[in-house]
Amino acid sequence: MTQLVVGPFNRVEGDLEVRLDVQDGAVEAAYANSPLFRGFEKMLAGADPRDALTITPRICGICSISQSVAAALALADAAKVEMPQQAKLAAAVLHGVENLADHITHFYLFFMPDFARPAYEGHDWYDEVVTRFTATRGTSQKAALDARARLFHITGVLGGKWPHTLAIQPAGVTRAPTAAERVRMLSTLKGFRRFLEAHLFGAPLEDFLALESRADLATWRTGDAGLFLRAAQELGLDGLGVGPRRYLSYGAYPMASGRTTRAGLWVDGQMGAFDPTSIVEHVSRSWMTGAAAHPFEGYTDPDEDMSETGYSWCKAPRLDGLTAEVGALARGIVDGHPLALSVAADGGVAARIAGRLLEIARTQIWLEEWVTALDPAQRFMGEFEVPKDGRGAGLVEAARGSLGHWLTIEDGRIANYQIIAPTTWNFSPRDENDAPGPLEAALVGAPVAACDKTPLSVQHIVRSFDPCMVCTVH
Amino acid sequence: MNLLWLQSAGCGGCTMSLLCAEDPNVLDLLEDAGIHILWHPAISEATGDEARTLLEDVRSGAAKLDILCVEGSIVTGPKGTGRYHILSGTGRPMLDWVRELAPLAEHVLAVGTCAAFGGITAAGSNPASAVGLQYDGGLLGGVLPADFRTTSGLPVVNIAGCPTHPDWVTETLLLIVAGAMDADMLDDLQRPKFYAEHLIHHACPKNEFYEYKASARKLSEMGCMMEHLGCVGTQAVGDCNIRTWNGGGSCTRGGYPCIACTSPEFENPRHAFTETPKVAGIPVGLPSDMPKAWFMALASLSKAATPDRISRNASADRIEVAPKPKRERP
Repeated sequence: MTQLVVGPFNRVEGDLEVRLDVQDGAVEAAYANSPLFRGFEKMLAGADPRDALTITPRICGICSISQSVAAALALADAAKVEMPQQAKLAAAVLHGVENLADHITHFYLFFMPDFARPAYEGHDWYDEVVTRFTATRGTSQKAALDARARLFHITGVLGGKWPHTLAIQPAGVTRAPTAAERVRMLSTLKGFRRFLEAHLFGAPLEDFLALESRADLATWRTGDAGLFLRAAQELGLDGLGVGPRRYLSYGAYPMASGRTTRAGLWVDGQMGAFDPTSIVEHVSRSWMTGAAAHPFEGYTDPDEDMSETGYSWCKAPRLDGLTAEVGALARGIVDGHPLALSVAADGGVAARIAGRLLEIARTQIWLEEWVTALDPAQRFMGEFEVPKDGRGAGLVEAARGSLGHWLTIEDGRIANYQIIAPTTWNFSPRDENDAPGPLEAALVGAPVAACDKTPLSVQHIVRSFDPCMVCTVH
Repeated sequence: MNLLWLQSAGCGGCTMSLLCAEDPNVLDLLEDAGIHILWHPAISEATGDEARTLLEDVRSGAAKLDILCVEGSIVTGPKGTGRYHILSGTGRPMLDWVRELAPLAEHVLAVGTCAAFGGITAAGSNPASAVGLQYDGGLLGGVLPADFRTTSGLPVVNIAGCPTHPDWVTETLLLIVAGAMDADMLDDLQRPKFYAEHLIHHACPKNEFYEYKASARKLSEMGCMMEHLGCVGTQAVGDCNIRTWNGGGSCTRGGYPCIACTSPEFENPRHAFTETPKVAGIPVGLPSDMPKAWFMALASLSKAATPDRISRNASADRIEVAPKPKRERP
């Protein structure tokens, strides 16, 4: 057996190290290490609860609005208030724009450049991939960057800036849009649709959304998506990096009529309800002190000696004692979308990318509907006061999956704050039962060539999860 | 010029902000400026052993290091070891990497307030013992000593902001390439003057409310946020309202206060971020270069003179009373 240490693992958000035990040309065991500890939960202890709205978005520069919405919902839950219906729409627009942009950043900047590596020379798609996706130079990369920057003009209007807006509050949003701003945002969205249809899909979004099965998807040949699908089929990426096949979603985008996508847990073809009280974070293999606990009871106290039993600053969240995979694919599956359910049968690298492509198309259409539904004549802010004592949870869906904030207020100050981020789920270390996290399990069996120090198969699998390491440990 | 970018203990948001650069996008801009990215953790191809080789080349001098950009604070914990952030795959704390590579660079840029002063990573009890490159909060001397100078003779350039504006980074880089970045271009905290010699207050759309101290009492109201909602735009540097963000935004344009994110120790304001601390009903922290008595006198005069239009709009979330210029009246 040989051991490989892959790091710095770049083109993921934040710092990641993956240790691999390799036997007979394949990964036998994998260990994911989140090597950065900052301690946001400790920073928040004793703070004015409202300060969570300023501090927690700064956990992450790529999922900043997700953190912001989770904090706002946790405070709202503790104070027993709710945003007015139009504020929910505006918050969903801000959040949807970030999630959409994150998927684009992932596909164009983080994931696709690996297919432009010399190792793939000779494949009939290779030259085209090199032109479009070579890191820092690809023509599609640059087009995506331009389109992404323009899409963020919506956060300029409604949120002041991105990342790190303070516009989303427990009882509403700080900025009531005007009628002129509403039509301007619609025009910005039209521009983004033009990019998606010209570059990513090479066809109307509705055509992609009409795909209902992996067989349908296999016929898609246009746009950058088609180029990926060609490469994926040739390289067998559907069977690579299969996860635990337990898919969790908290349900995305709370609206007056409920969440836009369903919440739940999908296991082996069965949809079940998801019970937030059955979440437990294990710390046995983390550089953390304490015992396994639900986030309302848990705390964060790093083991300064970094004892031998631990190998990551990340805790290991488990649902009913088991791992769960979160992300765009999980959301699509739990929401019952036929294409997502169909690719769930594979559950590997290609399925995760398909789940994201599907969600890009759906999110663009949701955003168009939401901005259209904004009514500048309505109220965008209600009343909110910090309760003297209370507790609340804020559960949202970030681009990378389920994000939760659990807050306890005592005597008007934060007594405890716990966060479980999407990549805490996906890239968790082993738990008390020595069960590996979803990524660690997905890496087992990945092929490794004899002289390979940074196996491409491992890179595809890791990046297919779109990890956000700064959120993971926070 | 060769550029190496390291992401230390931060959120990565300054890179994400930089990717919002427009006209042209940041990749075109760097290419046109002749800046070659040796390695950037978010966008370069090289990973794992390839990236380690690149870092070794810089360390050995085989690759010339013209510009070192560090994003994120440097964590020195636990117990001064820096092991709260080991640069993955290298077994060495980022603290050691930065101390070793910074003296090799012709220019060192601290990208964002974390890298400049410690920033949000140093909030509250500062659990990871985060500091900036050349500052620990407002005190000179971070992981690099107070008298640190790069091979070009400059100290660390602090492109502070949480996040930084993409143009603050690109224009600093362009000035370096043009050979125009010298010590006179930096303010007392080593921030580029081109943005740090403005105040957030400049071009704030709430200026008319400020003139009359017509104040918002609740977030979402249009009035000035200085008196009640914690806004320190009159005391914080930055051209946010002149240049604007993401096609036309800014914090105050978004309806929430400036929290002085370009300043050292903004992360620990000693009061809730969105609430103005007061002594005997008078906000503390009035504009720093104005005598307090004058400010109070002018404020009470202007408050008394507030037109109905302004006081009504100040407590509304949209314009309720439009201005009616005299010569336009029928």
